Amino acid sequence: MSPGAGGPPRTESARRAVEAVWRIESARIVGALTRYTGDFELAEDVAQEAVAEALVTWSREGAPESPVGWLLATARRRAIDAFRRRSALDERYAALAGRLTEGEASSGAAVPPDRRDDLPWDPDRIDDDVLALMFTACHPVLAPEARVALTLRVVAGLSSEEIARGFLVPVPTVQARITRAKKTIAAARVPFEPPSAGERRERLGGVLSVLYVIFTEGSTATSGDRLLRSDLAYEAIRLARTLSALLPGEPEVHGLLALFELTAARFPARVGPGGEAVLLEDQDRRLWDRSAIRRGMAALGRASAAGRGLGPYGLQAAIAACHASAPSVPETDWERVVLLYEALGRVAPSPVVELNRAVAVAMADGPGRALSIVDELVASDRLSGSHLLPSVRGELLARLGRTAEARTELELAARLCRNLRERSVLLRKAAALT
Amino acid sequence: MAKYMLILRGTDESLAKMTETPFEQMLETMGRFNDELIRAGVLVAAEGLEDPAQGVVVDFGGETPVVTDGPYGETKELFGGFYIIDVASKEEAVEWARRIPAFPGTKCEIRRVPGIDEFPQDNEWIARERAWRERTGQL
Repeated sequence: MSPGAGGPPRTESARRAVEAVWRIESARIVGALTRYTGDFELAEDVAQEAVAEALVTWSREGAPESPVGWLLATARRRAIDAFRRRSALDERYAALAGRLTEGEASSGAAVPPDRRDDLPWDPDRIDDDVLALMFTACHPVLAPEARVALTLRVVAGLSSEEIARGFLVPVPTVQARITRAKKTIAAARVPFEPPSAGERRERLGGVLSVLYVIFTEGSTATSGDRLLRSDLAYEAIRLARTLSALLPGEPEVHGLLALFELTAARFPARVGPGGEAVLLEDQDRRLWDRSAIRRGMAALGRASAAGRGLGPYGLQAAIAACHASAPSVPETDWERVVLLYEALGRVAPSPVVELNRAVAVAMADGPGRALSIVDELVASDRLSGSHLLPSVRGELLARLGRTAEARTELELAARLCRNLRERSVLLRKAAALT
Repeated sequence: MAKYMLILRGTDESLAKMTETPFEQMLETMGRFNDELIRAGVLVAAEGLEDPAQGVVVDFGGETPVVTDGPYGETKELFGGFYIIDVASKEEAVEWARRIPAFPGTKCEIRRVPGIDEFPQDNEWIARERAWRERTGQL
C-alpha cells in the first residue's frame, strides 16, 4: 500500500494486523489480565476495548513496534480507569488500580520487540492462565452455545463477526451470548483457575465437547448450502493442539485431536467440483491429506500409549484411522470397525453410534443383519426426525433389492435433511432406483 | 488457511553474534520460540542450515554450470534457515515472524507456499508429484 493512501485500505490493513495479533495472543492477554484484575468480565471487556482502540489508532499511525505490548498496555490502562471509577465507591479498588499502575512502566506501548521479557506475563504462569481461561470459557454454568462463542472469542481469538459467520447467526446474537456469558461467570463467582483434581475429569469432558461442537459445525454445516466451513474446523484443531500441549497426560485430549486430524484429512475429497457432497465410498482417496493422517495417527498413538483404554473420542479416532489406512471401502477392516463401534456403544451409548454400527455391520456381514439393527432403532423411536435413519435404512433396502421401499425411505430422508447439498445427493439416489 | 515460509537471511553481523553466543543459550532461545509455534498449532516444518562457508555454489551463468566452494558470491544476506507455518493470513505470518528470536542483522522474508492443489491436476508431472507426496505424507 502506498504511504499516505488513507481511507479504507489503511483501515483494512490495520484491521488485519489487529486480527493477527489477537488470534495469537487473545488467550494470554485475557488470561494475564484476568489474573491481574481477578475479574474475568472486566478483563475481557478491557481487552476488547483495546482491540477497538487499536483499530482506530493503528489505521491512523500504523501498527506499533510491539503490537501485543500495545494491546496489553492499553487494556491495562482501561482496567485502571475502571478500578479508579469503582474506587470512588469502594476502597479496595484503589489498591487494585495501584497494583496495575506499578506494572505499567515495564509494559508501555513502546516495548521493543526483542525485549519480550518485559511483557507482564510470567512464563511459568502462561500455561496455567491459558488452561484456566479454557476451563472458564467452557464452564458448566454457561449454556452450550455461550461456551462455544466465548471459547472462540477469548481462547481462539476470533472476532464476533468471524464467529457469527461460522455459525450463520447474526453478529448481535454472538455479542449478546458473550455478554451474557461474562455476566453469568461473574455472578456465579467462577474462580479463575484450572479445576481441582477431583473435578478435573468431568470439567475436561466439558472443554472437549465444546471443541467437538466447533469442529463438527465446521465439518458438516447443519444447514445452509455449504457443506464445509473448514475455517471453523481448523480453529478446533488449533485449540486441540494447544490443549494437548498443555495437558500431555490426558489421553482423551490426544484422542480428540486424532479424531479431528483424521476427519479433516478427508476434507479435500468430501466436496465435488460442483460443491456437492461426496460420500466416503465415492471419495478419491488420493486427495486425502497424508500429512494430516500422519499427525492423526501419531496423536492416536499418544492416546493409546496412556494404557487406560480409549475413551469416546479416542475410539472414534480409531474408527477414522481404519478408514484412513484403507486403500478402498471394500479393503477396509470392517470387522475392526464393528468392534470399535461396539466399544463406543458401551462407553458412550447413543442411537447415532448404533446406526453407524449398523452401517459397519452391513459392510462386514451384509445388509440383512444391519437392517435388523436399524429396525430396532426405528422401533425404539430414538432417532425420529433425523434424516440419518431413513437414509441408512434406504441404502440397506436398496442393497437387499427392496427398491420401492428404499425409494420411499430415501425421499423421506431428503425431506428431513436440512443441508441442501446433502439433500440433493439423497434425491439423486432415490431417483436412480428403478 | 495458507502455508507461509519464513525465510531467514543472515549477515556477517548476525553470524558474528551467533558465533559468540553459547550454543546452549541459542538452543534454549530458539527452542522456546519453536515450542510456541507448536503450542499454537501452526508449525509445519523448520530447518536451519550449516555455515555458508561449508556450502557449494553451482553457477548457471555460463554455457555449462560452474561449481565453486564456499558462500554464495558477495551477497550480504545468506539464506540460513526457514520455518513453514500454517496460518489464517499473511498478517498472522508477519506477526509470528516478528517474534523470531533472530540475531541483529538478520532479515526474514515471508512468502506464501502454494499447495499442490493449486497446480493443474490433469498434468502428468503434477500427478506424479502428488503420488510421491501421498507416499511420503507431504501433502
